[in-house]
Amino acid sequence: MSYFIDRMMYFAQDREKFSGNHGITTGENRAWEQAYRGRWAHDKIVRSTHGVNCTGSCSWKIYVKNGLITWETQQTDYPRTRPDLPNHEPRGCSRGASYSWYIYSANRLKYPMIRKRLLIMWRDMKAQNNDDPVEAWKAIQKDPILRSSYQHVRGQGGFVRAEWDEVNEIIAASNIYTIKEYGPDRIIGFSPIPAMSMTSYAAGSRYLSLIGGVAMSFYDWYCDLPPSSPQTWGEQTDVPESADWYNSGFIMMWGSNVPQTRTPDAHFMTEARYRGTQVVTVTPDYSEASKFSDIWLNPKQGTDAAMGMAMGHVILKEFHIDNVCEYFDNYCRTYTDMPFLVKLEKVDGRYVAGRFIRASDFDKSMGEKENPEWKTLCIDENTGNVIVPTGSIGFRWGNDGKWNIEPTDSKTGKSVKPQKTLLGSHDDILEVGFPYFGGLDHEHGYFEANAQEEVLDRSLPVKYLEIDGEKTAVVTVFDMLCANYGISRDGLGGKHVASSYDDNIPYTPKWQESITGVDAEKVIQVARAFAANAEKTEGKSMIIIGAAMNHWYHMDMNYRAAINMLVFCGCVGQSGGGWSHYVGQEKLRPQTGWLPLAFALDWTRPPRQQNSTSFFYAHTDQWRYETLGVDQILSPLADKEKWKGSLIDCNIRAERMGWLPSAPQLEENPLELVKEAEKLDKDPVDYVVDRLKDGDLRMSCEDPDNPKNWPRNMFVWRSNLLGSSGKGHEYFLKHFLGTQHGVQGKDLGEEGKRDSAEVVWHDEAPEGKLDLIVTLDFRMSSTCVYSDIVLPTASWYEKNDLNTSDMHPFIHPLSKAIDPVWQSRSDWEIYKGLAKKFSELAPNYLGVEKEIVMAPIQHDTPGELAQPDVKEWRKGECDAIPGKTMPTMKVVERDYPATYERFTSLGPLLEKLGNGGKGIGWNTDEEVEFLKQLNGEKDGRAKIVTDIDACEVVLSLAPETNGEVAVKSWAALSKITGKDHTHLALPKQDEKIRFRDIQAQPRKIISSPTWSGIESEHVCYNAGYTNVHEFIPWRTVTGRQQLYQDHPWMIDFGEGLVSYRPPINTNTVQNMIDKHGEETPTILLNFITPHQKWGIHSTYSDNLHMLTLSRGGPIVWVSETDAKKIDVKDNDWLEVFNTNGAIVARAVVSQRVNEGMMLMYHAQEKIVNTPGSKITNARGGIHNSVTRATIKPTHMIGGYAQLSYGFNYYGTVGSNRDEFVVVRRMADEDIDWMQESREEETA
Amino acid sequence: MNFFLFQIFPYIAIAFFILGSILRFDRDPYSWRSKSSQFLRRKQLIIGSVLFHLGILVILAGHVVGLLTPIVVFDTLGISHGAKQILAIVAGGFAGIFCFIGLILLIHRRLFDERIRANTSFADMMVLLLLLAQLIQGMMTIPISMQHLDGHEMVKFMNWAQHIATFRGGASEYISDVHWVFKSHLTLGMFILLVFPFTRLVHAFSAPVGFLFRPYQVVRKREV
Repeated sequence: MSYFIDRMMYFAQDREKFSGNHGITTGENRAWEQAYRGRWAHDKIVRSTHGVNCTGSCSWKIYVKNGLITWETQQTDYPRTRPDLPNHEPRGCSRGASYSWYIYSANRLKYPMIRKRLLIMWRDMKAQNNDDPVEAWKAIQKDPILRSSYQHVRGQGGFVRAEWDEVNEIIAASNIYTIKEYGPDRIIGFSPIPAMSMTSYAAGSRYLSLIGGVAMSFYDWYCDLPPSSPQTWGEQTDVPESADWYNSGFIMMWGSNVPQTRTPDAHFMTEARYRGTQVVTVTPDYSEASKFSDIWLNPKQGTDAAMGMAMGHVILKEFHIDNVCEYFDNYCRTYTDMPFLVKLEKVDGRYVAGRFIRASDFDKSMGEKENPEWKTLCIDENTGNVIVPTGSIGFRWGNDGKWNIEPTDSKTGKSVKPQKTLLGSHDDILEVGFPYFGGLDHEHGYFEANAQEEVLDRSLPVKYLEIDGEKTAVVTVFDMLCANYGISRDGLGGKHVASSYDDNIPYTPKWQESITGVDAEKVIQVARAFAANAEKTEGKSMIIIGAAMNHWYHMDMNYRAAINMLVFCGCVGQSGGGWSHYVGQEKLRPQTGWLPLAFALDWTRPPRQQNSTSFFYAHTDQWRYETLGVDQILSPLADKEKWKGSLIDCNIRAERMGWLPSAPQLEENPLELVKEAEKLDKDPVDYVVDRLKDGDLRMSCEDPDNPKNWPRNMFVWRSNLLGSSGKGHEYFLKHFLGTQHGVQGKDLGEEGKRDSAEVVWHDEAPEGKLDLIVTLDFRMSSTCVYSDIVLPTASWYEKNDLNTSDMHPFIHPLSKAIDPVWQSRSDWEIYKGLAKKFSELAPNYLGVEKEIVMAPIQHDTPGELAQPDVKEWRKGECDAIPGKTMPTMKVVERDYPATYERFTSLGPLLEKLGNGGKGIGWNTDEEVEFLKQLNGEKDGRAKIVTDIDACEVVLSLAPETNGEVAVKSWAALSKITGKDHTHLALPKQDEKIRFRDIQAQPRKIISSPTWSGIESEHVCYNAGYTNVHEFIPWRTVTGRQQLYQDHPWMIDFGEGLVSYRPPINTNTVQNMIDKHGEETPTILLNFITPHQKWGIHSTYSDNLHMLTLSRGGPIVWVSETDAKKIDVKDNDWLEVFNTNGAIVARAVVSQRVNEGMMLMYHAQEKIVNTPGSKITNARGGIHNSVTRATIKPTHMIGGYAQLSYGFNYYGTVGSNRDEFVVVRRMADEDIDWMQESREEETA
Repeated sequence: MNFFLFQIFPYIAIAFFILGSILRFDRDPYSWRSKSSQFLRRKQLIIGSVLFHLGILVILAGHVVGLLTPIVVFDTLGISHGAKQILAIVAGGFAGIFCFIGLILLIHRRLFDERIRANTSFADMMVLLLLLAQLIQGMMTIPISMQHLDGHEMVKFMNWAQHIATFRGGASEYISDVHWVFKSHLTLGMFILLVFPFTRLVHAFSAPVGFLFRPYQVVRKREV
């Protein structure tokens, strides 16, 4: 009926009053309601999640209407938990809920884009070269003027829309040219966190691996990798799921802002508190996490190790010495290296701790035939004999059946009781030197020193053993730990031990007070409560730890101080207890199914993988500005003569010894090297080794600035490398890209401070190493802005993919709710298309080629036993043997014209070599056969054409998603440990999780030996669980949790045991303070970059919803006190700068922040509301504009059990929190939005 | 011309006004609203809006009563034409000043507030300007009227309006010789009626008077 006529009938309507005339029922027309119903109606709901940057892994409903995505809401259909545990929902946060804004936003990339100058040049050159694309690319690259004309305008606009076919041709041509001219290892690709969209990552890395390119690591580069984890556990990072917080009795939230950065999991924290769990929050600022706390501790940022050690001091004294807690005692004997024997060595007349003694030190190696130099020893308390207990790393390889840590004598097979302390049965008491760093002065005096002697001599009970005919003093690790922590023990006496907590002796609660500012009483109270809870609950005390503490140069000390507390109290491997580090990596649960897909291990092995920190340190030339000398971080006990040179020299040594990977690898093209060898009828590996030894061929690492050794092509996908994670951002711009930059400092050559022993110095630093940088993204990020070609990719609701997290045990899909919008394509389709173009162009230039691939000595392979001692072939200390004293070298055959066929089918190596991971291998023929049936066959190989095909490959091959494989993998491990573990997977043998299953509902994964926790109906996932409950060794030298690091480099840098090391001096502000004239008020602040509230890294930080909730542009937080000093009011503009560059941002003046500290939420996009800086005359920078990476030699160690290299597992990390900045207020008239056109320069 | 403007055009305008409003009310009920910008900026709105509405309602009522009340009614009541005209000038004058101030405030706000400006359509701006123009013209008639206070000019308009309203011919002849300001005022007024259904003015039909008297809870029956 007509509304109008209805209105005409107004008085004729039925009306009925009710409730005493307070209500009325009318018969008015209700048709209008349809409009509202339609507004909230949808055609379908699709399950997806948010892909790369966020590791929350939450299941979301994506609503689609008329082919458009309308909005998203949280899914609430997770499988229920067991009755005594809260459910996982709700998962999700405001950031995820605002995601759909991106899909149709103005910032969305819709078409392939290319730098206009490059496109014009390309078309010209192609026309001039008879339409030959590779020749065209060559012509551009060989002309320095052409090359730099597009390089130097990177980041300054100038994009035009392009066609897919044309950009693919340019990229393929540049790849082919680079392979032919320099070698495939000059093509690199950066993409992070594969767990969050596995096939999207795999697409790029598969393409790169097939053509011989290099996949770059991210976890170490982001500084989210805690090297302390591989050091202690031989494990990258394995952590409890967030549900396990609920089982804890005592939680320390230490440098982790759970409600802000782990939003979907924070409900478990609230629920745990309802259950009665005590919560202590440790953060220097009054962060959101503080609200959960019963006690809030606020040590000065960067000094956490001092507080942690004081807590360790209390725990050791009260629960291991004065009273012996039986649970702790048994745990430490069985599961830690505390009973293991360490040799004392005499250095300059003083005893210091040396290496673990090994079976090989004794006659006939104590009867051990296999790897005796890798079998560590302890004393059996029952008999007093020195024995070889099973489970050390020597038992792992070629010694089946004995690699388990049930306390057993390897020789007799009898059960033993490892002896923790020698006190009481000692032969002698000796004074042993421990390095002390807490007295080092800080450059600005901001971090306070507690002056003591440089070396603290403390008494230790020793036993004498006869080694090589010499009387040798040995001690246990436990006794060393007690001495190191400064604990006074009856019957031992000696100097530098504390009789009371009030002594100012390292590392008492009183001692830490002057450094951290935390009240000693509180430290004692918390330590006691932590340990007392663990004692009563058998290990249910937990430390949730975040990147905050890991981003300091001496992160290992912060972390090891906390880890030691957990180990002392038997918390690791116990449900409700342990080390919960939730940063960055996030668990790629079906890892062993994914690896063959991602690195084309089904076609060629080994793949090229590079640790990004060392790579960027060298190739963005940050090393040329290094101000930290090796001598500044050496132990006072180390021989300084041995350590001449600079940090990059250490890295070069590590690369030559096969510790760290190299990219590019050799100064000459690896394709050509094989051809030359074959011409001379020599084995290519021998040929290369001989030439390296002669010195007429060099590794690229020795001369990173030589054009022969530059990386040439770079792919960035799923990442905002230049807007977010690029530490030393301005150095990237200057040297790597060759464009406008803000570097203020002079390099060491100009300053005359060069001190390098290995690296070749060029007076003229290169600017613009990369020929081509290609970025795949769905939005115009800062990285896209700096790229030459930008490819529009499907967003997280427009593609099919897999997603897992370590926060919960489920596997999620990303699903295609709509087709990719405009001309975008999924990552899988983009790289597939590129592979196709590459294969089309290749035959004219490249055929089936052989090349030589180098790889470092890898963790979890027999190679990890390569180097019990540090010897350098380059210096003639040993022979050059690939895989033993230098990197492994393999000749690899690549069929370049078949790149596309290989990309889209499952190769033969899986059948030939089997599959596996983490040192365990199994036959996988069955799964390959299954995939042929499932995905279809082409030329006898299983197809991998679509993204769903790729997902099915991962799911079928992985034990976590295929019960049969799980049983096979546990059986394989059982053979090595001699214990049957298959019971962990047998009940799920028939379970096979497929892609459509997880689209229907998130599925819980199946227990697998890849991980150290189990999935069960009885316990939550907790790291170390199988080590403790199944006696599977940790993958360390001793097979136990290793608190003592005996590698010579660890000892030389003073990190054999944990200690407190103050932040380093970065020397970046002295020359900058008066940059604006002496009268301008400035202030020096420590620059801290925590995770965002209104974004997840850079994503969402340009999202209108999040910008509206925050301040709509770059902000930094300063304390009220500091603001007053430079006359800054809230929301004023600040200029923040040092020699690395400058940032312009608005001030948030807040009581939250403590004096002397500046917080800048990292990765706020440079493309949003960022004015120019007066210092750099460039746009005001990102958070990394004032940082520079500084590498640490202890992270370069390799060829040594758990310290061997693994991709994203061990290696140098890009720390950044020791940095200081100069801050000044910017007047409004100083604000320059830099809106003027740069048409002239960029056209 | 005179015949078209004042004999034919009035019917065109009224037809648009009535039919257009009904059609819009029926076909596009969601657009039937005042498009208030109070959400965007409260400042100046309350005072401007109240002054404007107060003024315009009085003026509107004055016009309706003054023009459409049959002349015999005034004669019967004994109100002389002169007295009525003075009443109209005084009341209309005050209301006009109110309305003028209010309109100026609203126009200023609509032009100079960025948020409101961004949310302003052509019709929104047009309506304000038309009303302003109409108001100014209306005010301009006052000094002219002052010159013949006996009210005979006014009677012309009453005759014209009542002839139009009762569909009688010859209406336009009554006002063929009035001052051009009056003619312009009348034409613009009819034009406003013409565009009325296409603008936010339609909210004039929907004064929520019932709201003051309804029971607290209103429940609609499900359609059968």
